[in-house]
Amino acid sequence: MASAKQEAHWNDTKGLMRITLAIWFFFSIVIFMFGHDLNSVKVPLLGYPLSYYMTAQGSLAAFVILIFWFAGKQEAIDRKHGFSDAERTED
Amino acid sequence: MFKGKFIDNLPKIYGLYTGGFALFFIIMMIAEKNGASAKSIGVMFLSFTIAIYALIGVLSRTMQVSEYYVAGREVPTVFNGMATAADWMSGASFVAMAGGIYYGGYTYMAFLVGWTGGYVLVSTLLAPYLRKFGCYTVPDFIGTRYGGNVARLCAVVVLVLASFTYVTAQINATGTIASRALDIPFATGVWVGLISILLCSMLGGMRAVTWTQVAQYIVLIVAYLLPIFWISWKSGFGIFPHFQLGEEVAKIAALEAQFGLVKNSAAAIKAAGVPGGLSYISVPHSAAPAGAMAAWKYISLAICMMVGTASLPHILMRYFTTPNVTSARRSVAWSLFFIFLLYFSAPMLATLSKIQLIDPSLPTSIIGKPIDQVMAIEWVKNWIHVKQAFIADFNKDGILQLNEWFMRGDVVVLATPEVAGLPYVVSGLVAAGGMAAAMSTADGLILAIANALSHDIYYKMIDPKADVRTRLLVARILLVVIGALGAYIASMRLTSILGAVAWAFDFAMSGLFFPLVLGVWWKRATRQGAIAGMVLGLASGTAYLVHVAPAFNNNTPWLGIDHLRFGIIGAVVCLVAMVVVSLATEEPDSATQKMVDEVRIPSGRSILGKH
Repeated sequence: MASAKQEAHWNDTKGLMRITLAIWFFFSIVIFMFGHDLNSVKVPLLGYPLSYYMTAQGSLAAFVILIFWFAGKQEAIDRKHGFSDAERTED
Repeated sequence: MFKGKFIDNLPKIYGLYTGGFALFFIIMMIAEKNGASAKSIGVMFLSFTIAIYALIGVLSRTMQVSEYYVAGREVPTVFNGMATAADWMSGASFVAMAGGIYYGGYTYMAFLVGWTGGYVLVSTLLAPYLRKFGCYTVPDFIGTRYGGNVARLCAVVVLVLASFTYVTAQINATGTIASRALDIPFATGVWVGLISILLCSMLGGMRAVTWTQVAQYIVLIVAYLLPIFWISWKSGFGIFPHFQLGEEVAKIAALEAQFGLVKNSAAAIKAAGVPGGLSYISVPHSAAPAGAMAAWKYISLAICMMVGTASLPHILMRYFTTPNVTSARRSVAWSLFFIFLLYFSAPMLATLSKIQLIDPSLPTSIIGKPIDQVMAIEWVKNWIHVKQAFIADFNKDGILQLNEWFMRGDVVVLATPEVAGLPYVVSGLVAAGGMAAAMSTADGLILAIANALSHDIYYKMIDPKADVRTRLLVARILLVVIGALGAYIASMRLTSILGAVAWAFDFAMSGLFFPLVLGVWWKRATRQGAIAGMVLGLASGTAYLVHVAPAFNNNTPWLGIDHLRFGIIGAVVCLVAMVVVSLATEEPDSATQKMVDEVRIPSGRSILGKH
């Protein structure tokens, strides 16, 4: 069975996964549930209709930022519990 | 010794390569100024780039198993990101996507969200854990986590079905591009494409494919972005179209209202003799359709593409090549960044292309002009001549209306530079980019299939005592056989019954998504559960596809779940079957549970290998 340390690490990992997927769900699904209504809003400065902008650029950019953020957070969790492999090179 | 040096020198090597490519582009520009023909420029672009990929492929030859299957697990994060992006973006992404957006509007753009959002799932749920596992192929993970050859075999079946659906379309694309640029018959073009693809992968397996894919990414991204910035700047829409097309999008909406979005009847199109595969503008450019069903159509397509992305073996196996778990995770982020560069530009190209044709205040416009005038334009003549464009004067007023201009979607990418008055050298560049996109994806797919057959079927099931030489020989023979089979099917041009690229995603999600994810995230998942999930998921998905697909039984889809979205049925059945059967069978033994615990932490040895 998993050690207490592993359990703690996995709990943190699960928490981060839930937050990440909640943000992902918002940008990939929730916005587009209201695609028609949100499209009457204009994006400030750029002038695109909002839903059009999100499906053409906005959500895509959000995913890129989200994955980089997630990777950084997960690395911090790995380090906190002493399971990081980032410094390990070829063995 | 050379190898270590090679990895350390990657930025320099690829920097030099990019510089060399830029120099080649300038030489071609000068050649064009001095009267080189359009055809010879096209030939030069294609043969120069393919020769370079082949050279990289030959230099990367190897006789070591871990280099052949996983590039020695030493591909740096950013470079693996580029290779994945090339692996991912197919000939269809490159040539057809902007055209799809041009004609499909808002709902089509669910593909953009789906094909990027899926990487969030890859990164959070799968890639780091599969890397920790240390497997060579995706079925390798299924076979080891759940134990037994039946589970492994099921995973191989799903992999082959999904990947093969996809690969014929890629070989078809290489054939189309080669035949157009080299002016040879399509069937010959397919075999030229196949030989180019095999030159990149046969001698060096994953190692060779990785380094050619990086080179192909550089060509394809330059070939996609350069024309967009150039067109936008030259036509006065601003140097950075992504931030400057708000007014144009609004203007297109106004023009659509002015001209009217008329739907032609099928009978009228047939009577006018419009060639097959051409489309006309009948869907608004930026407006989102109203109603719950429209929203569901969008969301269900995005879900299928996202979940499918996270189940496609040729993508997942790219993350087996990084040095460790942390770099696999970061590599997913870089992959998405490199993919994003192309995907967030495609809608801009569609916008630029459309406004140039329909805005009467622009010199390039054709809509609203007298038809005999339009017919005299050089590019219109050329594309009508090859049956890629068509004019049907339905209302007989002699003026070209929005619904009277027909064009194949691919023409958006292929002809927009010409419409904007860019030199022909750009068209040569675009051909090279399309070829790079199709070749890199085909390479990844053929390798995924051949590796699963050689490693999981031959080595793990048939002859576990086979030595390294035999294993690599079998792997290479399978590579050639699968490639030839794909080329043979592609050369028969059965595309109408082979179905859409989207099917590959639906097949993969029906059979593989939950067995992979639950294998890591649910210790209670058992062998019987996984087998039931894979078999019933794939069977129900396929049965539903046959039920609704226009090419087969063509029944009315249930809840709007049509043939592009059948993975929703398959994946739900897979999940239910897997959970029910897992709970009804005995808990996995403690060794398996311990293995799952080990997979969940990045540090320590991988499960299967020493890295």
